[in-house]
Amino acid sequence: MSKTRKTAFLGLLASLSIVLSYVEMLLPPIYPSVPGVKIGLANIVSLLLIYKFSVKDTVMVTLIRLLTVSLLFGNFMTLVYSVAGAFLSILIMLMLKKTNLFSTLGVSIAGAVSHNLGQIIVAILIMQTVEIGYYMIVLLITGTLSGTVIGISANLTLKYTNKFKK
Amino acid sequence: MIKIRKNDFILIGVILLVSLTLLIIFKLNSKQGSFVTVSVDGKVTEAYSLNNDFEKLIETNNKNYTNYLIVRDGVAFISEANCPDKICVAHRGIKSEGETIVCLPHKLVIAITDSQ
Repeated sequence: MSKTRKTAFLGLLASLSIVLSYVEMLLPPIYPSVPGVKIGLANIVSLLLIYKFSVKDTVMVTLIRLLTVSLLFGNFMTLVYSVAGAFLSILIMLMLKKTNLFSTLGVSIAGAVSHNLGQIIVAILIMQTVEIGYYMIVLLITGTLSGTVIGISANLTLKYTNKFKK
Repeated sequence: MIKIRKNDFILIGVILLVSLTLLIIFKLNSKQGSFVTVSVDGKVTEAYSLNNDFEKLIETNNKNYTNYLIVRDGVAFISEANCPDKICVAHRGIKSEGETIVCLPHKLVIAITDSQ
């Protein structure tokens, strides 16, 4: 892939992930009594980046998404929570992909669960209350479900975008 | 077709097992609590007995943040709040030790404890 083509493609992915994050905000909360239960649509883009581009590109596009979404629709606190979730998630997904033991489904589930874990850790640190860890029980299960949905979507997306090989 | 490997199922199984274990640990440790505490910014500011029914308006951040706490029949819940997400209002009532209702925007934690 030429440099210009790559830049254009990454820009496209960044805007796609921003739009997906926005669409997700428009949806009503799935499980209102536990914060953090969501599908994680933007994770489709993260998986695409992890499988098709370098670590540096993945981190850059994710940073652009987090900053833009927080500036447009959130506040400083949402930025702190989303950075913690997103980067733990990407780190775990990159590591699992490297082991070559899992398909996109497994990588996606691990990403979803670690995203929740990152946010819960930050919540415990900010609120100084360990009891919030109780939410993790619910989030482990919902994370597995949403990770499965996103994993299957990403699997199909990767299949149909094979012509964009490097 | 979608590519799924055996390891994926092992991963799902491990995650579900972890959450089940956590659930059992929490359930085994849970007993009827006797006090409800209100913490703001990590510091306990108020504590009440669960035995008497009462209603209390909790005002924080120079009275800009309000959460209305109700205790009825040993169960504590938030009936009204002026936070943007209303997660604390949607949360079901709590009565067992260690259970919490959290209002993230107001940095408020309602918790059930054994001692005061």
